[in-house]
Amino acid sequence: MDIIKTEHLVYEYEKRDEEGNVIGVSRAIDGVDVDVTPGQFVAVLGHNGSGKSTFAKHLNAILVPTEGTVWVDGKNTRDPGELLPVRQTAGMVFQNPDNQIIGTVVEEDVGFGPENLGVPTEDIWKRVEESLKAVGMLEYRHHSPNKLSGGQKQRVAIAGVVAMEPKCIVLDEPTAMLDPSGRKEVLRTLKKLREKKKVTVILITHYMEEVIDADKIYVMDHGHVVMEGTPREIFSQVDTLKKYRLDVPQVTILADELKKRGLEIPDGILRKEELVEALCRLN
Amino acid sequence: MSIKLDHINYVYSEGTAYEKHALKDVCLEIPHGEFVGIIGHTGSGKSTLIQHLNGLLKASSGALYYNGRNIYEEGYPMKELRTQVGLVFQYPEYQLFEVDVLTDVCFGPKNQGLSPEECKERALEALKLVGLKEKYYQVSPFELSGGQKRRAAIAGVLAMRPKVLVLDEPTAGLDPKGRDDILDQIAYLHKVSDMTVILVSHSMEDIAKYADRIIVMDHGQVKYNDTPRAVFAHYLELEKIGLAAPQVTYIMHDLREHGLAVDPRVTTVKEAADEIMRALEKRK
Repeated sequence: MDIIKTEHLVYEYEKRDEEGNVIGVSRAIDGVDVDVTPGQFVAVLGHNGSGKSTFAKHLNAILVPTEGTVWVDGKNTRDPGELLPVRQTAGMVFQNPDNQIIGTVVEEDVGFGPENLGVPTEDIWKRVEESLKAVGMLEYRHHSPNKLSGGQKQRVAIAGVVAMEPKCIVLDEPTAMLDPSGRKEVLRTLKKLREKKKVTVILITHYMEEVIDADKIYVMDHGHVVMEGTPREIFSQVDTLKKYRLDVPQVTILADELKKRGLEIPDGILRKEELVEALCRLN
Repeated sequence: MSIKLDHINYVYSEGTAYEKHALKDVCLEIPHGEFVGIIGHTGSGKSTLIQHLNGLLKASSGALYYNGRNIYEEGYPMKELRTQVGLVFQYPEYQLFEVDVLTDVCFGPKNQGLSPEECKERALEALKLVGLKEKYYQVSPFELSGGQKRRAAIAGVLAMRPKVLVLDEPTAGLDPKGRDDILDQIAYLHKVSDMTVILVSHSMEDIAKYADRIIVMDHGQVKYNDTPRAVFAHYLELEKIGLAAPQVTYIMHDLREHGLAVDPRVTTVKEAADEIMRALEKRK
């Protein structure tokens, strides 16, 4: 069974005037069909305003569809009785770590989620320890979150979600505010969670380099899914991506540039190792 | 004309349990007209540093000279300094507040005491400079897209006609096209005017592409202050302090290890392509 499935998902925002009368409707998501199998790493790309974040908010029922259906682990997000199970299945991490951390001590912050789920106290501490270990922050358990770096804070936010033991984690631009090390820390953490805990990861990002390991990429534009495929399939279409205000990894740009200058380099290069190998063959 | 920081120290919450030495003995000179990039890990002191440049924060010790005059001396015209050194904060769109875009951009010059006609003239000029289309001038700033809001906010600072434009991560959260558009526009502004541009960014690729010189901050100190080539040659040290080199720099180092005789000190895609072609050609 799919962990996430959407069928003809439509979402409309109502525009209201000062008296609260509806003066117009804008369609943020327009007929999106997506399916994600358990354990997959799926990326969603798209320009600002393309509908990515609105889409993400449907995956743990922060928003419910205007039309169509979203199933999370087989549960319909429209069903009020399934709200808690849905949120427990799909945890969310947002862009700004400062908006997501509420505890005054790291371990208390991470314990907040499981406590709300009614997990017995001794199990909470076990989960806190495990999730902090999973994101590599166990040694900071007694620290104040205020004193951590951006990457560390974001890892604590991820630990807070992991402690609820979700099958799926949805991350909406988790690295946008981080420095290069912070970005690397978060990506390494996600990789570990996929490998060790078999967690399904849905990553929304503007950094093309972050998604070259994805199993599948969806590209959104004006509320539609306009491209779907593996990183190699997606990133070999440089011109189409540019049309959607996106880009390709710098390695791919360089490979493309060298090809234009007459070098024989295969299509769809994503990693620096691949480019180095191709160039060494020419050498 | 220049900005000169002379042994600047800054301590937050001095004398309390939260005391933090955010800038340590910073000495820098930024000559007029330069395009300077500032990089550093989160908490390295970048934002504290730039808030000194227009006197928002006052150094605990040391002196800051703007065009030769110490801004900490008594009677220094701070208001004038703040219009000459324009600061664009992170997520500047949160500071938009007026009923329409044009009025919002007029706010800065209005505070400078200019007449309504002059304000409008400057606002129109600034909006043109950031490439915001005329059809948006009468629209509420809250109806614009992320990239457009950001442009409107930058225009609000440009309308004061600053001599120095300081931008704190102006592209955070923007899509790749929005990122390129804003930076290209700033580079264009820098080219056509004699404005100094100081750009804080977490994107090593962007800094490498646009900056003439890079200042690297680490734990409140200036670690490097040099050309992109020279700074990114220290890529291993940069990694130790939470930074990195542009991706192409790593490719060049790998190629060299694999026996292709390239100069690894390149920092942009174009330089990398030139260098690879040169090295391959030489082989023949």
